[in-house]
Amino acid sequence: MLYMENMEIIDSNIMDKVLEKTERYDPGRFTEDDVRKAIRKDILTLEDYGALLSPAADGLLEDIARKAKSETRKQFGNSVSIFTPLYISNHCSNGCAYCGFSVNNKILRGKLSYEEIDRELKAISETGLEEVMILTGESRDRSSVEYIGEAVKLAKKYFSTIGVEVYPLNTDEYSYINTCGADFVSIYQETYDTDAYRLYHPSGPKRVYPYRFHAQERAIRGGMRGVSFGSLLGLGDFRKDAFSTGVHAYYLQQKYPHAEISYSVPRIRSSANDGNFTIKNDIREKQLLQVLMAYRIFMPFASITISTRERAGFRDNIIGLAANKISAGVKVGVGGHDGEKKGDEQFDISDIRDVSQVHEMILNRGLQPVYTDYIRMM
Amino acid sequence: MKDTLKIGGREFRSRFILGSGKFSLEIMNAVIENGGAEMVTLALRRANAGKENILDHIPKGITLLPNTSGARNAQEAVRIARLAKELGCGDFVKVEVINDSKYLLPDNYETIKATEILSKEGFVVMPYMYPDLIAARRLADAGAAAVMPLGAPIGSNKGLLTRDFVKIMVDEIDLPIIVDAGIGRPSQACEAMEMGVSAVMANTAIATAGNVGVMASAFKLAIEAGRKAWLAGLGRVLEHEGEASSPLTGFLED
Repeated sequence: MLYMENMEIIDSNIMDKVLEKTERYDPGRFTEDDVRKAIRKDILTLEDYGALLSPAADGLLEDIARKAKSETRKQFGNSVSIFTPLYISNHCSNGCAYCGFSVNNKILRGKLSYEEIDRELKAISETGLEEVMILTGESRDRSSVEYIGEAVKLAKKYFSTIGVEVYPLNTDEYSYINTCGADFVSIYQETYDTDAYRLYHPSGPKRVYPYRFHAQERAIRGGMRGVSFGSLLGLGDFRKDAFSTGVHAYYLQQKYPHAEISYSVPRIRSSANDGNFTIKNDIREKQLLQVLMAYRIFMPFASITISTRERAGFRDNIIGLAANKISAGVKVGVGGHDGEKKGDEQFDISDIRDVSQVHEMILNRGLQPVYTDYIRMM
Repeated sequence: MKDTLKIGGREFRSRFILGSGKFSLEIMNAVIENGGAEMVTLALRRANAGKENILDHIPKGITLLPNTSGARNAQEAVRIARLAKELGCGDFVKVEVINDSKYLLPDNYETIKATEILSKEGFVVMPYMYPDLIAARRLADAGAAAVMPLGAPIGSNKGLLTRDFVKIMVDEIDLPIIVDAGIGRPSQACEAMEMGVSAVMANTAIATAGNVGVMASAFKLAIEAGRKAWLAGLGRVLEHEGEASSPLTGFLED
């Protein structure tokens, strides 16, 4: 876990606390009574949260669903936020075993020029969207902080809400990206199991577990308003990983009470070039739902996004139940919103519906699509 | 008898302030009508732009009460309030400063600062606050047109958990006291009105009801009932224990 040069080290005990709680978390020791007790509570302890993620909850999903739906409803009413990601570069120096962008994969690599980024953003904004997430692979050479910053500045012309999902940055770099116009940072630990992490991230800067772990905290210190958490479910024991994810978010929000917390719930799927990677711990929809609902009940105030990794039928039922945010018109190759894509996809998506189709779906479910819920202060 | 609520030079017959944003815009009209609301709050961050503008769904004649949700300090609240004015939302503003994402409890200190700045700029400021008498006095000094203490955390539907402290404000503060946040059912709204608050704001309780329109109308009736009871003067209500039947001071002779 040695840091690489230029990786900022911050003074924080959150990682130690999360790893310690995770170490002590034994999903097998909970009973159905523990789960029922957790469902009845308003404010859950970490123990209650652990119960919701345990095998003992398997037979109580319907009860958990009722609670999750009620919490979602209280917090968000019938609002569902809608956004789209824009990949601006898929160059990557990491060799993550499960990822289509891995440096070891022979895929079409590409990076958008500023003109192309502008055209893509314009095309996205013409669909009515007000929120965009800008993504890159991890390559400080090919997609530098300045490059990401310029992309954010361009996005500011068209969007009220801008997030970035890029490699982990230092505090001053997050601060710079924040002044360019982005207020939200998504970064996922993938797995909190340090052994599995080492196994699946054999090369590149991403192998430095603690630097990635502290990214959300650096982002908040750098002035970002919200940070997103997630594990790529299936890499490690999904119950433990989901537990760690929630505990990570819990301690961060406790230390920085103003921080807006979000969750994503990616599960490992076959990527474009996954020849060498087989999924050992296949996560089924039932288990994914259990995780989603546990996040919701543990942190009713958090935003939960459901991505196009999941099929339309699953996504449609998850909004209003546990998720409050959904992507639409998604392309996971580089560009492709306005003209040809310039690089291959990170993974296959399961829901190709465009913004107006997702909009209609939301309405048909008696919910209301929300395009903007944010005023940028910078 | 004419019984109106006066805030910022305007008179309202209704004492029900409707929150928006948690139910579909299409039914806004019906909900306002059923609830007889004359004032509707809206989060400016939802009205700023977008495909469907919440402003287009609010009927004429309704007083808009834009809130500054999303503001984490006084400076941001001031900025959002000014933006609201620029966007044509009028000069009423509900100052909401929150920097706790878990409980969404208001920051009274920053709220007082924002209230002072905005009322000097001519806004009719209705600050959302934690029911603290001292903070309420400062808000009054800062120029607030009303104060809006919470009954319970936003969206919790837990009712009037802060009952005794709101009552102290009703007794001591010479401004309309409007219970905002936490009211989960009409009976709780009624209870707040009975104890003398000037109006009640509700959003989640209505938005999460099985039938939004009917619940709006239930709130209207409950608020009216509570108001009437307050105006009538509640009769003797025994609390906690009965009173002694023979006088305790009967031994006095001269």
